[in-house]
Amino acid sequence: MPTWDELQEGSAPDAREYGPITRTDMVRYQGASGDFNPIHHDEEFAKSAGYPSVFSVGMLQAGILAGFATDWLGASNVRRYAVQFREQVWPGDKVVCSGTVTRTYEEDGERKVDVDLLCTREASGGAAIKGEATFVVP
Amino acid sequence: MVDQSIIGKRYPGYTFPIERGKVREFAQATKTTNPEYLDAVDAVIPPTWLIASGFWAPPDLPNPVTKLDINLARLLHGGQEFVFHGPPPKAGDVISTESWIDKVYEKEGKRGGTMRFAEMVTEYRDQSGKVVAESRTTMIETGKAPTEGS
Repeated sequence: MPTWDELQEGSAPDAREYGPITRTDMVRYQGASGDFNPIHHDEEFAKSAGYPSVFSVGMLQAGILAGFATDWLGASNVRRYAVQFREQVWPGDKVVCSGTVTRTYEEDGERKVDVDLLCTREASGGAAIKGEATFVVP
Repeated sequence: MVDQSIIGKRYPGYTFPIERGKVREFAQATKTTNPEYLDAVDAVIPPTWLIASGFWAPPDLPNPVTKLDINLARLLHGGQEFVFHGPPPKAGDVISTESWIDKVYEKEGKRGGTMRFAEMVTEYRDQSGKVVAESRTTMIETGKAPTEGS
């Protein structure tokens, strides 16, 4: 984990690739999260709703991006994690997670960093998840 | 338009234990091998784990979302935020929830016609009664079939 002195505006860990995201990954996340919306695992249901196939649960790639962030800055240190959902992620997609420190500061006697986070689809280069987080730096 | 009297009205939620096995299952499903999740006896929860606490919601729980006049076929999950007032809760903690609709508003969409937004806040208290976390769910009702979001 980086130290306070190592964290400056613009600091970034190595980006990390995940996937390809499979239908099994989606089902596993649905089981772990309790969200059983059939649009993410029932091919006929997804097609009848006008989609070419099932697609990933947004909260799966949001969770992958959260794990990327806590691997970087520590699971106990997170104080805020916020995401916006953009492009859908489809079976077979690889996604790439990256992050950058946008601010370092002290607040309420604690050292904190704000970071921007991004999960992009390798196939399109487009954002699947745009995230922001705040961590304390012990 | 939405009945404004729903805004801010608190709905009691439910109580759930944070179980180590569910933390590990969720961490693995989101592709992290962080030992703080997988190996610690008092494993801390991943940032988005609270979304899974719905396992403990009774099926007949009054849900403020149902009070919104929303077409579920046009509903998108637009955004999600979690705030922790200290280290996130850990395996062994027992959490109680309360939820309310915080905001309802409209915007013109680029692709989907007029979009209606609703933001629901859930507050999480630990076994001592202290508020340890809050989540904010942004829901979007699009004017046409959604092409983005989840």
